[in-house]
Amino acid sequence: MNSSVIVFPGSNCDRDIAVALEKLHFQNKMVWHKDMSLPKSDLIVLPGGFSYGDYLRSGAIAGKSNILKEVIKAANSGCLVLGICNGFQILTETGLLKGALLRNKNLKFLGKDVHVKAINTKNKFCNKYKKDQVLKLNIAHNEGNYFTSTEHLKELEDKDLIPFKYCDESGNVNEENNPNGSLNNIAGIFNNNKNILGLMPHPERMVDKSISNNDGINLFTSLLN
Amino acid sequence: MKFSVTVTLKKSVLDPQGKVVQQTLQNMGMDYLVNLRQGKYFEIEVKENDETKAKEKIEDMCKKLLINLVIEDFKITKI
Repeated sequence: MNSSVIVFPGSNCDRDIAVALEKLHFQNKMVWHKDMSLPKSDLIVLPGGFSYGDYLRSGAIAGKSNILKEVIKAANSGCLVLGICNGFQILTETGLLKGALLRNKNLKFLGKDVHVKAINTKNKFCNKYKKDQVLKLNIAHNEGNYFTSTEHLKELEDKDLIPFKYCDESGNVNEENNPNGSLNNIAGIFNNNKNILGLMPHPERMVDKSISNNDGINLFTSLLN
Repeated sequence: MKFSVTVTLKKSVLDPQGKVVQQTLQNMGMDYLVNLRQGKYFEIEVKENDETKAKEKIEDMCKKLLINLVIEDFKITKI
């Protein structure tokens, strides 16, 4: 499977995701934000970090970069697109995913391991997870508080477009286990076609038991399925 | 021609930063403070002598980059 990781000035999880993809034998290429064309890609990843220093709004400037025009075209033609953390923020800023990521409710940068529940596993990204499986993933963000209109929130729930929700280690989804104030404990969302996934937790940090755990690896093995 | 653009979070969006600033002022004894929302501000100069056309250009900038219409409202004023 061919993958492309887009690199912006300020990206800092680009190498991590490349290592995760290469571990699973993806043919990966790093693509600079100024490039005007994409290599042949089955999967495009917008990595975590602080693209353009989070100037204006997180992801706003990256959303207008040269390469994003190509990413938008590819996404609209059905190419798989994964946005992690800052990548998720970029996806909402381009409109590829609806809604926005606001500052964390407690106004603190959150860098810690949290639990998330796999809500919808019938899709290209999560089919190797069991429904309701609880994963321990790392979060590291200041703007992860997912917000959207009441109508869109209903659509996300009704159409099963929420793959992951924050929960406790037993899988209880409640306000107590909502780290950032996201509506309905949302940790990630799909577009209607489920070819675009944005999520705040970092699955690429959880692919090796010797340094963390491997709860994130199935997100990538699912893609190979 | 010069304009200012004031950006605020929509009423339906929580503004935790504004809330903290409000609470701090109230804790400082300013109990007459009813409500405070925090926002941001741009000063923009454009090459255009017609005020209506200039405003349209600023509005275009706002909608295409400066403002996230999902969460923010904006107000353009000539300065």
